[in-house]
Amino acid sequence: MSVALKKEAVVCENLRIATDIYSMWIKEPEMASTAKPGQFISMYCSDGSRLLPRPISICEINKKQGALRLVYRIAGKGTEEFSMLQASDRITVMGPLGNGFTLEGKKALLIGGGIGIPPMLELAKQLSCEKQIVLGYRDVTFLDKEFETYGSVYISTEDGSKGTKGNVLDAIRTNGLHADIIYACGPTPMLKGIKGYAAEQGIKAQLSLEERMACGIGACLGCVCKSKEVDHHSNVNNKRICKDGPVFYAEEVEL
Amino acid sequence: MNTSVTIAGIEFKNPVTTASGTFGSGMEYSEYVDLSKLGAVTTKGVSSVPWPGNPTPRVAETYGGMLNAIGLQNPGVDVFIKRDIPFLRKYDTKIIVNVVGKTTEEYCEVVERLSDCDVDLLEINISCPNVKEGGIAFGQDPKCVEAITHELKKRAKQPIIMKLSPNVTDITETAKAAQAGGADALSLINTLTGMKIDIHRRSFLLANRTGGLSGPAVKPIAVRMVYQVANAVKLPIIGMGGIANAEDALEFIMAGASMIAVGTANFVNPTATTQIVEGIEAYMKKYQVEDINELIGCVK
Ligand SMILES: Cc1cc2nc3c(=O)[nH]c(=O)nc-3n(C[C@H](O)[C@H](O)[C@H](O)COP(=O)(O)OP(=O)(O)OC[C@H]3O[C@@H](n4cnc5c(N)ncnc54)[C@H](O)[C@@H]3O)c2cc1C
Ligand SMILES: Cc1cc2nc3c(=O)[nH]c(=O)nc-3n(C[C@H](O)[C@H](O)[C@H](O)COP(=O)(O)O)c2cc1C
Ligand code: FES
Repeated sequence: MSVALKKEAVVCENLRIATDIYSMWIKEPEMASTAKPGQFISMYCSDGSRLLPRPISICEINKKQGALRLVYRIAGKGTEEFSMLQASDRITVMGPLGNGFTLEGKKALLIGGGIGIPPMLELAKQLSCEKQIVLGYRDVTFLDKEFETYGSVYISTEDGSKGTKGNVLDAIRTNGLHADIIYACGPTPMLKGIKGYAAEQGIKAQLSLEERMACGIGACLGCVCKSKEVDHHSNVNNKRICKDGPVFYAEEVEL
Repeated sequence: MNTSVTIAGIEFKNPVTTASGTFGSGMEYSEYVDLSKLGAVTTKGVSSVPWPGNPTPRVAETYGGMLNAIGLQNPGVDVFIKRDIPFLRKYDTKIIVNVVGKTTEEYCEVVERLSDCDVDLLEINISCPNVKEGGIAFGQDPKCVEAITHELKKRAKQPIIMKLSPNVTDITETAKAAQAGGADALSLINTLTGMKIDIHRRSFLLANRTGGLSGPAVKPIAVRMVYQVANAVKLPIIGMGGIANAEDALEFIMAGASMIAVGTANFVNPTATTQIVEGIEAYMKKYQVEDINELIGCVK
């Protein structure tokens, strides 16, 4: 795998696409040329009081333009700072980081929950098999229209304002969806549910996990998750989400 | 121009090393940094058997710093010897191995195993705030510090650096105790015990509740402690705590540190270590300093 770079990227556009949700394109040709769906980048704040980089998934890759798209939610001061960037501003980023999804299967279920939806977009673009895309929201939807180009889209909302009332598994059951592989990213309780569902159906699932990070490259051991097998790095049952993940097969990890 | 420094008879090409636990054994950062450009690489703490560490969340950001409660996850000394030492020996740099334990016996076991190994110095972490037994408990009581130093000194073939805790009223007391126990050098500071509360969830942010504070926020405390200890004992000091650039490094050197270690700054800037080496050289050129040793403890 190629070395992740730390570079200054140029912001091409940064638009608000829903309440507190922003879509940013940045230009960094070298990163764009090696990036894979499911990988992430570390974004640095310009305010020195906020030291640690913010991990944000790659939502889309445009190799021709040498650009990456990031879709993020304002969660605190760092993402708020990013939301104020404008075209031609610069931002320091490091990446691409992590392993990314492995493209496989004949009939896939792509499942995204909340701010776990963005990384599924580039995956949907690159996967050539039959795709059913399930998107779970609390209430307001975003990116759902963009997914329609790549497969059939099923929506669940917690408040029932759109699609199936409930969570992504309710949408899968209501619509009678079946697949031979699952790709998923979203909050841990959702991933836990999907892990159980995949085991029950006897199908493989690739899950993208999240944890608080410091280094982002596998050195600090801040971001581990419990793994079934002894990891090669520390010889205990801990895998590093930033380096060994963020994507794991469901049976590899305990949630 | 001479940038080399000597600690316990061992010469380092320059005074820059890495802070234990922030650089692994250099593998991850070797993609960003030519390890041969560093005076030494200090490894993550290693124990006699593999340690799984604490539950997550293990890290949290704070104003100008961070809290960590990794809990010394490591593969154990056997894997370390087989894998990490041969890796580091490929580079032209000295190897400092950070040693941890829960009991004096466990520290002794690791030190004995490493005694026959091709490593240059041992740094004894008696100051980790994130493990209940051992760690900080040893590091806060001067009597314990002296006793454990004495025990380890008997067993180690390499020089021994005792890494001191800042979580004490008077750091010169533990420094003197380490000296009395026969330590060859001192490292300071380890992290300061801190806490962060998530006001939205009304809970502790770290699973361990408390964590160790590091980064620029701790630098003035670290510089003060290095200065105090440098004036209280004869041992050479490896100074650390919030060093992010050459200016920070020079502060520590002028306060009395013979070497400095770069920790949290690696997370912010993966090439911080080599940039600091270059920055120190640039400073020496600018002020026509022939020998870095002239700067060590020059501020009285
Ligand atoms: C692999 C990965 C991919 C991610 N992808 C996306 C994405 O595509 N879009 C998106 O909106 N968010 C994503 N997140 C979550 C995002 O990293 C956090 O929302 C963001 O770091 C919050 O920063 P802040 O300064 O706004 O919040 P603050 O709460 O002020 O941040 C303080 C510290 O906590 C960390 N932190 C806070 N929340 C999280 C979190 N949920 N996960 C990890 N660290 C956190 C920050 O990085 C920072 O170090 C991802 C997280 C991971 C681990
Ligand atoms: C993530 C992390 C892990 C650490 N692990 C260790 C360790 O294993 N052994 C040790 O002696 N110190 C450990 N430390 C302490 C550092 O070596 C150093 O003393 C401290 O972070 C202060 O330096 P800094 O502000 O430059 O990071 C750790 C620090 C951090 C941030
Ligand atoms: S964030 Fe440092 S190991 Fe993953």
